[in-house]
Amino acid sequence: MLGRTLREVSEALKQGLVTPTELCQRCLSLIKKTKILNAYITVSEEVALKQAEESEKRYKKGHSLGDLDGIPVAVKDNFSTAGIETTCASNMLKGYVPPYNATVVQKLLDQGALLMGKTNLDEFAMGSGSTDGIFGPVKNPWSYSKQYREKRKQKSHGESEDSHWLITGGSSGGSAAAVSAFTCFAALGSDTGGSTRNPAAHCGVVGLKPSYGLVSRHGLIPLVNSMDVPGILTRCVDDAAIVLGILAGHDPKDSTTIQDPVKPFTLPSLTDMSKLCIGIPKEYLTPELSSEVQSLWSKAANLFESEGAKVIEVSLPHTSYSIVCYHVLCTSEVASNMARFDGLEYGHRCDTDVSTEAMYAATRREGFNDVVRGRILSGNFFLLKENYENYFVKAQKVRRLIARDFVNVFNSGVDVLLTPTTLSEAVPHTEFIREDNRTRSAQDDLFTQAVNMAGLPAVSVPMALSSQGLPIGLQFIGRAFCDQQLLTVAKWFEKQVQFPVIQLQELMDDCSSIFENEKLASVSLK
Amino acid sequence: MWTRRVWLGLRASAGGRRGFPSKADPQGSRRVTAELIEHLERLALVDFGSQEAVARLEKAIAFADRLRAVDTDGVEPMESVLEDRCLYLRSDNVVEGNCAEELLQNSHHVVEEYFVAPPGMCCPKWLNRLSHSKLRMQ
Repeated sequence: MLGRTLREVSEALKQGLVTPTELCQRCLSLIKKTKILNAYITVSEEVALKQAEESEKRYKKGHSLGDLDGIPVAVKDNFSTAGIETTCASNMLKGYVPPYNATVVQKLLDQGALLMGKTNLDEFAMGSGSTDGIFGPVKNPWSYSKQYREKRKQKSHGESEDSHWLITGGSSGGSAAAVSAFTCFAALGSDTGGSTRNPAAHCGVVGLKPSYGLVSRHGLIPLVNSMDVPGILTRCVDDAAIVLGILAGHDPKDSTTIQDPVKPFTLPSLTDMSKLCIGIPKEYLTPELSSEVQSLWSKAANLFESEGAKVIEVSLPHTSYSIVCYHVLCTSEVASNMARFDGLEYGHRCDTDVSTEAMYAATRREGFNDVVRGRILSGNFFLLKENYENYFVKAQKVRRLIARDFVNVFNSGVDVLLTPTTLSEAVPHTEFIREDNRTRSAQDDLFTQAVNMAGLPAVSVPMALSSQGLPIGLQFIGRAFCDQQLLTVAKWFEKQVQFPVIQLQELMDDCSSIFENEKLASVSLK
Repeated sequence: MWTRRVWLGLRASAGGRRGFPSKADPQGSRRVTAELIEHLERLALVDFGSQEAVARLEKAIAFADRLRAVDTDGVEPMESVLEDRCLYLRSDNVVEGNCAEELLQNSHHVVEEYFVAPPGMCCPKWLNRLSHSKLRMQ
């Protein structure tokens, strides 16, 4: 049951083939079994079981709230959850219990979803590995997959099994790992520079970044207000569309959400490919791109072409400056957003009480890690009066040029862009930590952050396994507010490539009965 | 076919000019002076804490300096991707509140309905101590 799609499970729940409580308990058990992944910071067992109980009552009466009723979900720990600790993986918010739910969390709960827990991340969502939080790094479930282990046995002998574990990517690594390891059906992440798409690609799941303005940011502890978007991680594109349908829409509490009416949608099947135009941005073909990803990218383009779609090379001329621009704007907005953490109203507070400033300074030194402090200091540098024009405003101008590049490409008839999501497959943690956070972010966000600057929707879809048995995903970028069209194309692609299911037998031996449940044969979808 | 053209193009410019920025080169990077460090620490209320942190800032500045190469004449700064739309303003009615107790619970130091802050705006001694002893450049 845990390997099924949202729609299938929802149908099974309606037909009484499985109950919300059973689902909940299986997921909780799996969370315990996969504890080594460190995907969860907080497991809200009691809350989830209570929600399951209520969901069950609704199903018995035939009054289910919708597709998400009784479905286990997880939420990244930078979304406020009432009564449940929200830490952002930082000492600054350790022990902080918000008095309210983020809008997107509330929407999930209103639909009857079961909140399994809060997932691990890089501290304050700053990073591309999910390695820099106070609760430790998240391990990629594929490190323990049969597919990866078999390839490794061929190469090396005698190495301890766990020493070569792989990163999940970040910063929503916990959410990606949680979905990848079947502990929930959907998870919320956040995406500022690729933080949802990057771990999705490394963990072999679908990672959707909706258009900026489509989904409310109220309750998402902000990093970069002009780029942050709540992200959705699921095991298939259809599931992501279902969740998006529930989360999208105007929120009076977030004035940056658009007021256009939004309705949940189903994804049609693409039949006439001749009307579709796929753009391949030539500047994304960089020397650092691994040959495997490059060849898969090429294969994907050929696939579209062979099915009748128009595939053309396009140019995004300012690509090489986008990561620099992002770096300046991100650190500047971070410097501003992190100013709220002063120890007075919430969060960590130091012991000294000498003066206000001393208290603020010591609190912030104790509460933030090096990465966060580094970005605050850089940001403050760029915002200094003597630097404001040359760095911050300059970056804002370059941002317009980057956004314009995309507009020009879409105006020339391109419907969707196809690019890699990451430079390569997931790397071992030992390799990842050889470079510092900023360098890694600059490298890993290459293909993803320009999308945030332009506010466009994008989705990473897993395509195939590398020669090492690890997932590689490709990214589709759509026009602003054309999320449905984007997902339609992504769904077609997903069906063509048939990405393999992760084999986590070692971790799931006791749960094998879940997959061989005979009752599933009789699930019929209307 | 499109792929051939792109790959041939890449081989032609094998210097790796485009796309990926190589490791920050120190040319043109500003020297981060002790005064600047002090100033930033004061503004940010976050201390550098180590020489490495200063080095990281220098690298970050060098990295950002690449923007100078972009011609932005006549280009307006972009603050929001939603600039073509009207910002939503809700009507000025009270719809929620009365949650003082809940909010006060999150603070470490509260007296009745007040958040308690230590006194005044004096510059903390440790800020000066740190800048002068550890990080002063020759």
